[in-house]
This record gives sequence, C-alpha cells and structure tokens, in this order.
Amino acid sequence: MDRIEVSNLNRQFLFRLQDVGKPKAEVAAKRVMERVSGVNIVPHFCRIEDKDLDFYNDFSIIVLGLDSIEARSYINAVACSFLEYDSEENPQEETIKPMVDGGTEGFKGHARVIMPGVTPCFECTIWLFPPQVKFPLCTLAETPRTAAHCIEYAHLIKWDEVHSGKTFDPDDPEHMKWVYSEAVKRAELFGIPGVTYSLTQGVVKNIIPAIASTNAIISAACALETLKIASGCSKTLSNYLTYNGVEGLHTKVTEFARDKDCLVCGPGVLIELDTSVTLQKFIDLLEEHPKLLISKASVTHRGKSLYMQAPPVLEEMTRSNLSLPLFDIMDKTAKDIVHVTGTTINKGTKTSCLRKLRVVFKGIDGVTDMDTAGGA
Amino acid sequence: MIWDGSTTLQVAFEDRSIAWSLLDISELNLPKTCAISFPNGKDDLMNFEVTIRPDEGYYLHGIFVFSFQVSPIYPHEAPKVKCKTKVYHPNIDLEGNVCLNILREDWKPVLNINTIIYGLFHLFTQPNYEDPLNHEAAAVLRDNPKMFESNVRRAMAGGYVGQTFFTRCM
Repeated sequence: MDRIEVSNLNRQFLFRLQDVGKPKAEVAAKRVMERVSGVNIVPHFCRIEDKDLDFYNDFSIIVLGLDSIEARSYINAVACSFLEYDSEENPQEETIKPMVDGGTEGFKGHARVIMPGVTPCFECTIWLFPPQVKFPLCTLAETPRTAAHCIEYAHLIKWDEVHSGKTFDPDDPEHMKWVYSEAVKRAELFGIPGVTYSLTQGVVKNIIPAIASTNAIISAACALETLKIASGCSKTLSNYLTYNGVEGLHTKVTEFARDKDCLVCGPGVLIELDTSVTLQKFIDLLEEHPKLLISKASVTHRGKSLYMQAPPVLEEMTRSNLSLPLFDIMDKTAKDIVHVTGTTINKGTKTSCLRKLRVVFKGIDGVTDMDTAGGA
Repeated sequence: MIWDGSTTLQVAFEDRSIAWSLLDISELNLPKTCAISFPNGKDDLMNFEVTIRPDEGYYLHGIFVFSFQVSPIYPHEAPKVKCKTKVYHPNIDLEGNVCLNILREDWKPVLNINTIIYGLFHLFTQPNYEDPLNHEAAAVLRDNPKMFESNVRRAMAGGYVGQTFFTRCM
C-alpha cells in the first residue's frame, strides 16, 4: 500500500515531485503507458491478501518487489498452490507459475527465478535467512543505549501501556508520530542522540536506507529475467543471484536445489483411497506405506485437526473422527493435501517427521483420468 | 490446481505454518506443572494457551496463563507469547510482556514450542534480576529476597504491592 514519498525521487524515476502522496502503482502505470505505446497496465492499489486465488492464477508470470519475508512467503504459497504433478511426480508444465523475486538492503541485494516444481521455491530456501535483529525486551525497558532502542521501547512496550487493546498500525501516520514523540522523550531521558522521524519509520518497519545503485542492479536483473521468461530468448538465471557492494563489489549466482519434501512446492506422497476408508484405517495405512512408515500419525486438513495423538486434550476432541470415512471429514473433495506428523525410523533411530500427502479418492468424477488410472 | 475453487488465499498460505505447529504440538513433552489448552477449539493450532503451576520456589502454588500466537512464517519467527496473568515478577511486566531470550534475540528455527514452555517454567523457578522488565521487582529480589518472597505471596494471594493491585492467582 505504498504511496510516493520525497525520498523516493532520487531513484524511482517514474515519479516526480507533484506525485508525492499518490499511490505508486497508479502513477507508475500511468507514466509507463504515456511513454511506451501498445502497453496496457492495470494498477491495483490494495494489499496482496485482498485478491483471491483466481486473480493470481490469471497471470503467466509474477514479479515481486516485496518488503518482507512474510509477504514473499504468502505469494510463494499462492503460486505453488497452482502446481500439479503427474503420476511420475514430474511437475505439469502448464501449472508452473514462474516468479521473479528481487530484494535489496543498503549495499546488498538478491534476484532469483522461481519455477515451482523445478527450482527451489521461497520455502525451500527459507532456512538461509539469518534471524531478524531483535533487541532483548529488558534492554528496551531498562538499559537503552541507542536511538533504535528508544524507538522500539515506544513501539513495543509503551504503545500497549497507553493503548491497551488497540493494535499498532505501521501504515497509520498518527500511530507512527505517536511512537516518534515517545521515542524522543525516552531518548532525552537517557541522553541518547539520533532519534528522527525517518529513523523511527525505519526501525519500526525494518527498513534500511535504499541506495540507488543497488536497486538499479537488482531491478535490472529482475527485468531481464522476466523478459527471458516471457520471450524465451535466452536461458534464465539459474537460479539465485546475490550482490554485495559493501566491501569491494561481489556478485555470485548459486544454483540451489529444490527440496523434494518441501511443504509448499513438493508433490507430497500420493495416497489413493476408496471413499469408504475410515480415518483410523488411513492412519494404519501410513505405518505400512513404503515411502512413509509413519507410526502414531496425527493428521490435519486445511488447517483443521482430523486426529491428534497428543496432547490428551486434543486427542479427546478428535477421537470421534477415527471411525468416520476420511472422504467425509475431508469435505468430500476428490483430491486434496493433508499433513501428517508422527514417528518414523531413520537410519535406525526413531525420529519425528512432518510430511505432505496428496490424497486422491478413487472413482470420483474428474479424477479417473490418465494420471491416477496409471497408478491405481 | 490442487485446491478447489473454494480455497481462500488464507488457507493456502497458512497451510505451511499450521503443519509446523502440528509437528510441535503433537510432539509436546510437558512436565505435569505445565498444561496446554485450545480456547478456539481443535481447529486452531496457531493460537493456544499454556498454564504453568510452579511446584517449587517463590511462585509455588501460583497459576500463570500464557497466550501463544504462532507466526505465519513459523518456525522462522518465534511465536508471540504474552502472560495473561498479572504477576509480580522481575522478568514479566504488568502488560504481560515476557523477557525471555529465546522469544526474541536468541530464537532459532530449531527451537520449538516445547523449549519455550520450559523457558517460561524456568522464569518461575529461577527469576533473575539481571534482565528486568519490572525494575522495582528486580531491585527487591536483588537487595531484599525476604521482602521479594513476601511481595510475591501477597500478589499471588490477591493484594497490593506498592501501588499495584494483583488479582488472586493461586
């Protein structure tokens, strides 16, 4: 929900001084269409969550300029949800929705191409992110030393004390101004210099000052990769570019591999069942299934707990589902994803595991096609 | 697509974090002093409560309730944990904020809900005045442990410590 600010103007070349305050999507669309004939751009000034799955499915390529791990994880889950696999666990090409993702932080940046089912998705490599910098609450409360500590004190501690119940909204200028003025008071109390409104925004929203050259390099890489995907004119980046301009200038392209067991883009283990199979029978089957060998399985479907082995309070609440047909408690959908956890033996030791399963019910309309008939 | 048309964006997105929460919750190995409950029922594994009943130390016989909110990018980010019981404690403030390193600066994706619950339990058996969120309580613990002990008992039984009133929680 970005609006144009004065500080953007040194590098966001589609915008001018008179555009300050207007939505970026709308002005960018208008400017490009004025200059490039034959191009049609429809701006949407809203949150990514405000559009439904069908909206995103309409597009052939999704290019991301997002500002958080959560937002990227969101779109990644959406794009990967369109992915389907054949009976040989190969991704079906027409369901692959390519994504080009870029990001920058000061002198560092990355660009990557994600082909769900082929290259690693965002979830496959989420482990590579270093943890976000978080200050101990007691440092904020007792021994602030930096301007950032004063700001986070106002944001995380003082806000609740004064506005208990009301959630802080980083996009509300009144809320941000309140945090800034409280941070200033705290800084004065402890004799700490450096609290400014722009630092307040930066700390609260986790923003690092942008550098025109980094953004130019990364956005150029993203634009080039998008052009290659759209036109097929050349081989795409394979698959993760990192850029670091802090000490000298360093770039590297790494070919990361997909996680075959990825909860988001992986095929999951295919399980074909009759509609009469009960949840208890299903759980027993998992123990014998050669690719799983999971004992004492707990099962969820679309966020709902079908059966939980533990803790006792949940076991009691879900026990009655065991005798019901799985097809019924899965809302009678022909095929769907479930997640199971349980214990399995890995190289002689008992470990816990979390697996994604693709459950397909036999004999339901539209499902007995070539793929599943082959495996039945 | 694998989802049918009725699937919302939210379901597609939350699926992964619900799966991780499923793993942690079904694996919980809690001591008898700690109990988990699900105020939103069995179908919300992202929001739950943990009740701690310390069996030793200053907080013996107290009953303390914590709310857990699992992040959409769990386990990459720690769950949000707040203390719902008003408590006189050097590391827990009156708004319910908890100063526990693994909830913020020391969180790692290899940690889980079990480790957090153990960490919270530890706060009651070993309160410490070195990471204070309630600096009066911390100072009393440091300078006058006998007075700290009686302040804790009075607060748990229901009563005033200084200007603050604590509802009974034992």
